[in-house]
Amino acid sequence: MTDQATRAAGPAPSPQRAARDVPDVPKEPVFTTQDLNIHYGSFHAVTDVSMEFGKNEITALIGPSGCGKSTVLRCLNRMNDLIPAARVSGEVRYHGIELYGPKIDPIEVRRRIGMVFQKANPFPKSIYDNIAYGPRVTGMKVDNMDDLVEQTLRRAALWDEVKDKLKQNAYGLSGGQQQRLCIARAIATNPDVVLMDEPCSALDPIATLRIEELMAELRELYTIIIVTHNMQQAARVSDRTAFFTVKVNETTGDRTGGLVEYDRTTKIFENPSDQRTEGYISGRFG
Amino acid sequence: MTIVSAPIEPPSVEPPLSLEPSSRRLGEKAIVALLFAAAALAVLITVGIVLAIAGPTVEFFRQIPFSRFFSTEPWAPNFVPDGFGVYSILAGTASIVLYSCMIALPAGLGAAIYLNEYASHRARKILKPVLEVLEGIPTVVYGLFALAFVAPLLQQIWPTFLPGKLGDPPGFQFVLSAGVVLGIMIIPTVASVSQDAMSAIPGGLREAAYGLGSTKMQVATKVVVPSAFSGIVASFVLGLSRAVGETMVVLMAAGAIANLTLWPNDPVLTMTAFIGRTATGDVGFGTTTYYTLFAVAALLFVITLVINTISIALVRKFREVYE
Ligand SMILES: Nc1ncnc2c1ncn2[C@@H]1O[C@H](COP(=O)(O)OP(=O)(O)O)[C@@H](O)[C@H]1O
Ligand SMILES: [Mg+2]
Repeated sequence: MTDQATRAAGPAPSPQRAARDVPDVPKEPVFTTQDLNIHYGSFHAVTDVSMEFGKNEITALIGPSGCGKSTVLRCLNRMNDLIPAARVSGEVRYHGIELYGPKIDPIEVRRRIGMVFQKANPFPKSIYDNIAYGPRVTGMKVDNMDDLVEQTLRRAALWDEVKDKLKQNAYGLSGGQQQRLCIARAIATNPDVVLMDEPCSALDPIATLRIEELMAELRELYTIIIVTHNMQQAARVSDRTAFFTVKVNETTGDRTGGLVEYDRTTKIFENPSDQRTEGYISGRFG
Repeated sequence: MTIVSAPIEPPSVEPPLSLEPSSRRLGEKAIVALLFAAAALAVLITVGIVLAIAGPTVEFFRQIPFSRFFSTEPWAPNFVPDGFGVYSILAGTASIVLYSCMIALPAGLGAAIYLNEYASHRARKILKPVLEVLEGIPTVVYGLFALAFVAPLLQQIWPTFLPGKLGDPPGFQFVLSAGVVLGIMIIPTVASVSQDAMSAIPGGLREAAYGLGSTKMQVATKVVVPSAFSGIVASFVLGLSRAVGETMVVLMAAGAIANLTLWPNDPVLTMTAFIGRTATGDVGFGTTTYYTLFAVAALLFVITLVINTISIALVRKFREVYE
């Protein structure tokens, strides 16, 4: 679904799953960022982001294209280290530990904080080997890999669809199934956090719905942070929503991404306190 | 789109709608014909070569029976008494291929992995062109390098404490020195083709692997190499074919004695070296030696064909498909 289609669909979406009690501020923060700034070379991509991500919550990052959502997300498991020009300053704490501290090994970080990407990227291996990859490379103690694969696929609500073709290449699956396989692969090592960068943007509405249901179930076990272009999706699945936008410096004309408003999802969508948020969610401004 | 709401005035003089080609596009047709001619020429030349080899080869086997050619009798086509046992020079080629590939394939793959996964952007920008320049060095230079540098060095450090034949110090020309140098010569080819294959795998795969907490080594060995497998096999085959076909280095450094042996410290004559040193102009047309050249060339051709066929089958079987 494109951004346009979402907005054309009607008035500001309202949260449909209001049943959960979401405290005003995260009770137990998994991540805390303080004045987080991210540069690509000399380009200041993200400026001064300070926020907390709650444990076993789904936090959605929304905002127009280019406002730095992916950049912030990738900085939470040090994926930005793979981009030579990327530079992070400020503070990112994970359970109180400074993620960018001198003794931190990004590989250890990523073993606890998994990631799902915009485009499904299964390995060109069998479905089974895709799931087993993480446990194998991390040297996880596994009594019975078959059981782990089954249990993981069940947790990702994919088992019934693939149980007869575990040895077949993952590229034989549909796009939606591939993406759920990637989610399954990410949770096979039992991570603490799962980061998702627009996981549904390449999928049809039905596949999207399945992934949203899956996220709702996984929230009980994991902390989930999701970047989405689709505001209805943010409204449907998340507990908290952070709205980012591109800010333009009046004098220099420089553009940089920044956090505008961060609150419970119900608050953001029903009663936003910033005009820019209101404009964005009601489709007047992008 | 505003087509529906905007009132459209039809132009008063309307040209009749035509969907036929507006010109005959002769230029394009001429170019297509030229391209076809180029492709056809390549095929025709190949067919021509095969025919040119086939005729004299048939004549050779009219004079010398199969059972003498495919045998262990000495290789001495222009001596009295003569000998036509091709196994001796086949062993020479096998030996050269063995020692050169033992160096070129692992080192080439290693260099490709380093370039693709470990080297900094800057290092890669310097090293890749250097590799490509190395590919262009004339083989005769490598031959000199083998004679003047590698052979004396190997003679000096030869592990003479080894028992039996292996402990005998080699002479001036021997398989290993040619094999080592040929191996070094082939590394850039293997490395550069492998690395091209590795850099062509979708970036998402590498990201996925890192995202799951893989080390660089794990990304390289468990994701990048398997995904680029078909390209890597192609690079190996290319390396192998070069080793089979290389003439100058072996002619200069491996000796010129047909020798049914695989020992690293023996001199050998390879099939290509035989052709190279025999086909020098003083071979009389129509002599048995003349036809022998073609028989050996035909065998080389068949061997290369078999290598390529096997490799294509391998690639098909083990390729990891992504979209
Ligand atoms: N690897 C990169 N190198 C340089 N600039 C980048 C890179 N990735 C993203 N950017 C820039 O950083 C800004 C934020 O990008 P991104 O985080 O991808 O935005 P979003 O995910 O919100 O669409 C954009 O202006 C983008 O062009
Ligand atoms: Mg993005």
